[in-house]
Amino acid sequence: MSVEDLNPRARDGVIHPEVRAADDESERGQDGGRLQHAEAATKPIRAPKVREAQPRGAKIRGDRPIDQAEAAERFLAAPLHQAAHDERLWDLRKKRDASAHGIPEWEELRELASAIKAHTLTHLDQYLEQFEAAAKANGVQVHWAADGADHNRIVLEILRSRGAETLVKSKSMLTEECGFRHHMAANGIEIIETDLGERIQQLDNEEPSHIVAPAVHKTRMDVAEVFSRTLGTDPDNDDAHYLAESQRETTRPYILKADAGMTGCNFAIAETGTVVTCTNEGNADLSGNVPPLQIHSIGIEKIIPKVEHLGVFIRLLSRSALGSPITQYTSHFRGPRAGTEMHMVLVDNGRSARLGLEEFWTSLKCIRCGACMNTCPVYRRSGGLSYGATYSGPIGLIIDPTFNKRKYSTLPFSSTMNGSCTNVCPVKINIHEQIFAWRKVLVEEHHIPALKQGMMKAAGAVLSRPAAYRAAIGAADSALKVLPRFAVYNPLNTWGKKREMPDAPRQTFHAWYKQNRMQKAAKDATVKDAAR
Amino acid sequence: MSARAGILAALKANRPAGDYPLPDVPTFVPLVGDDLVEEFGERLKRMGGRIEDGRTGDPLAGVQERLAEAKVIASAVPEIAGNRDLRAVRYPQEVEDVDVAVVRAVFGIAETGSVLFTEGELIVNAVAYLAQHLIVLLDPADILPNVQAAYKRPEFGCSAYAVLHTGPSATADIEGVLIHGAQGVRSLTVLLMPR
Amino acid sequence: MRVGLFVPCYVDAFEPEVGIATLELLERVGCTVEYPFDQTCCGQPMANTGCHAEAAATEALFVKNFSDFDYVVAPSGSCVHQVREHLTAIPLTEEVKKVRASTYELVEFLHDVLKIEALPWAEFPHKVAYHGNCNALRGIHHARPSEIVKPYFSKPLDLLRLVKGVELVDLARPDECCGFGGTFSVFEPAVSAKMGYDKVADQNRAGAQYVVSADSSCLMHQKGCAERLGLPLRYIHIAQVLNGAAA
Repeated sequence: MSVEDLNPRARDGVIHPEVRAADDESERGQDGGRLQHAEAATKPIRAPKVREAQPRGAKIRGDRPIDQAEAAERFLAAPLHQAAHDERLWDLRKKRDASAHGIPEWEELRELASAIKAHTLTHLDQYLEQFEAAAKANGVQVHWAADGADHNRIVLEILRSRGAETLVKSKSMLTEECGFRHHMAANGIEIIETDLGERIQQLDNEEPSHIVAPAVHKTRMDVAEVFSRTLGTDPDNDDAHYLAESQRETTRPYILKADAGMTGCNFAIAETGTVVTCTNEGNADLSGNVPPLQIHSIGIEKIIPKVEHLGVFIRLLSRSALGSPITQYTSHFRGPRAGTEMHMVLVDNGRSARLGLEEFWTSLKCIRCGACMNTCPVYRRSGGLSYGATYSGPIGLIIDPTFNKRKYSTLPFSSTMNGSCTNVCPVKINIHEQIFAWRKVLVEEHHIPALKQGMMKAAGAVLSRPAAYRAAIGAADSALKVLPRFAVYNPLNTWGKKREMPDAPRQTFHAWYKQNRMQKAAKDATVKDAAR
Repeated sequence: MSARAGILAALKANRPAGDYPLPDVPTFVPLVGDDLVEEFGERLKRMGGRIEDGRTGDPLAGVQERLAEAKVIASAVPEIAGNRDLRAVRYPQEVEDVDVAVVRAVFGIAETGSVLFTEGELIVNAVAYLAQHLIVLLDPADILPNVQAAYKRPEFGCSAYAVLHTGPSATADIEGVLIHGAQGVRSLTVLLMPR
Repeated sequence: MRVGLFVPCYVDAFEPEVGIATLELLERVGCTVEYPFDQTCCGQPMANTGCHAEAAATEALFVKNFSDFDYVVAPSGSCVHQVREHLTAIPLTEEVKKVRASTYELVEFLHDVLKIEALPWAEFPHKVAYHGNCNALRGIHHARPSEIVKPYFSKPLDLLRLVKGVELVDLARPDECCGFGGTFSVFEPAVSAKMGYDKVADQNRAGAQYVVSADSSCLMHQKGCAERLGLPLRYIHIAQVLNGAAA
């Protein structure tokens, strides 16, 4: 395919170039107004057209703990990327706020969603059996996978037994968890991601950095570079429409020739055996409706009891994620098309074990909206790849350690525990409290560096002994010498590298109190006595 | 032990302590005004869709241009004639060259500007995504106030495939620039037309 | 009413004026205030790092110092949050329960317990950006955070409105964390400082002359960031403003 073939088709009046500002390519509506639906930004982000290499993610060294701070520092060292990333995600958070504040029953919906999930999770065995029975009655073939490897093996078997060699799929965090793409590639199955962001990441051989917007850490220049290298587009053309169209035109042939299609699952309805997907691009519907064989991979925690409960979750999901009232497509797959096969794979991969963790099981309520990432001030300044895990941001901090405690032992510390994540969560997971609780677990199980724990031990020893504490900071002149390092528990003085140190106080409050209140009181008493 | 038995046993064994009853979902007051047609149209437009009123004058005026430009029209409705017979399609791939598909919606939702199709309306499910443009006939009497009301409809329990479309296919995965026609249709026009 | 004054270690060492203002203000509004002389810390640095065993002795000392008071008041949202929600490294005796339940942050004590309606001595004729530190905002509910769909309220702003001349300016990201985060500020210094820079830049763009907050640690971090960036912002604790600091 040549570069010429990739030129966008005439756009049939969908966009009127005259109503588009020079630096603003976003679509206009029927009335000529700028549209902001789907994951669109409310105003152009337009990263400055200066070449800045895209920062890459955390270094993965087997099971060794991820150094998120190191990766975050490299992300911050690419200020154009960081600024565009921060602005874009903060914009989604603001859109979420505006959308939520437009619904008087918002907090009640969150309560309901949380309670429905709590109920379902505590009766999950029953609802899974109900789901399975309903799906089978609908003519669906149901499979159970204990873990990611099991999932990959089951899917490979389905594909091989039907001679399938090519599979198109929509975005699924579950298949990321399972390392599905890599496993299939190693077994000679061609996998094509059909979500634009996910496709960009696939072509760049990178993991998704965000649950909803997989390539949000990339600028248009980065995408132009990836596409020119992999799809043969014009490396100097970073027009977003051109790039998106190039992806559409190069993906369509795969969709048409694919032997199988796969989707993930946003909600699985026990009562009807239905798999529900929520997308903006329509790619899940293409994956599910074009190839003769369709497979839906379902995390077992995605079950909800009844169709009527979608009336709660659908109202929350896209508003929380993007500030849109609903995704462009809300698709309900219940049975196979005539003459085709439909498979559903129910995947555990650690979920049933997580259910047994008293402080952490409610993390299974997550509906993968990404609102906690958008609001997280640390995430916005670090990039999702800095977490070196399938799930990044606040929800990642509390889920990732359940997959690998050692490797992800550092992640719960990559947070200021400000609590905004908990407040935006549509299913009311107490995310920041679970971050706090994970820290305790990780310390108790000796997963934090000895240096850090040693510092805390020393701090605890001084702070629990008034005399030692006073000796450390007692005199005004020694306070400044001792306290900055002591107060921030830091032998390396990382404070002063980026911030000015506090001024020297004349005296501590303690000394002031002694001088002005206790000595004065004593003196007053003496004066009174003398006057007697 | 099979994976199935293992998973179910683990879920039973690890069930969190406490009583978590399934809450009743109250019926919330719709957030839309009384004029559902007006509300539907406004919200659809915000989601990138177009709305045309086929109730007065030439019912097809609003989509005439789109139809005139199309080489291949696949119509699933009697009101608009096409030149591709969806009932004769054996494989979904055959509708890849369709310029305009015309389908009738089961119902619309005023809260979001969505329309519902099932395999019954679509005939070939894939045509709603492989076509370049989609024209949707909607009876104004079929507009429901909100998402909650929609999920009380029977279609979700009896269709093999049911899908809510809200405007056209869209993406903003590149720097937040909104683009219609990411993978599916480039435009979606709802034509108000009683059944 | 016997009030025990808790002066957190940061305040004690770096911002003694905040402790003095808190003491004077409480006395001004009629409280009998005592300062237990053996106090040190609430245990937060250790507890927030997951080191609960290392926090236990400090927490026990806190309870011992403050168990005899009707109320314990501290000019710090994060320390009060620690005492109320996270002082759990020692057994939950009746004494511990009582101390945890009777510990108040200064703003909520003035607003909710004393129900202060006038501060005739207070005047602060400046443009002020208020920084709602996260533990106060979301931990002990000083105000309705922007994420939550409930009627708006703000205890600190209610009190600041009683101060003559205060002109509040609006931030673009009002409830965004400033990046202090306790030990986060030293274990993840790059992100922490960047969050601080963004915060003080926002305050500066909003036209603030002063930034007022109920937490000295956030103020210390922000002040350090503003000075490093060369921004002309000044930082002052709400206790000082309410006590009539002329600035």
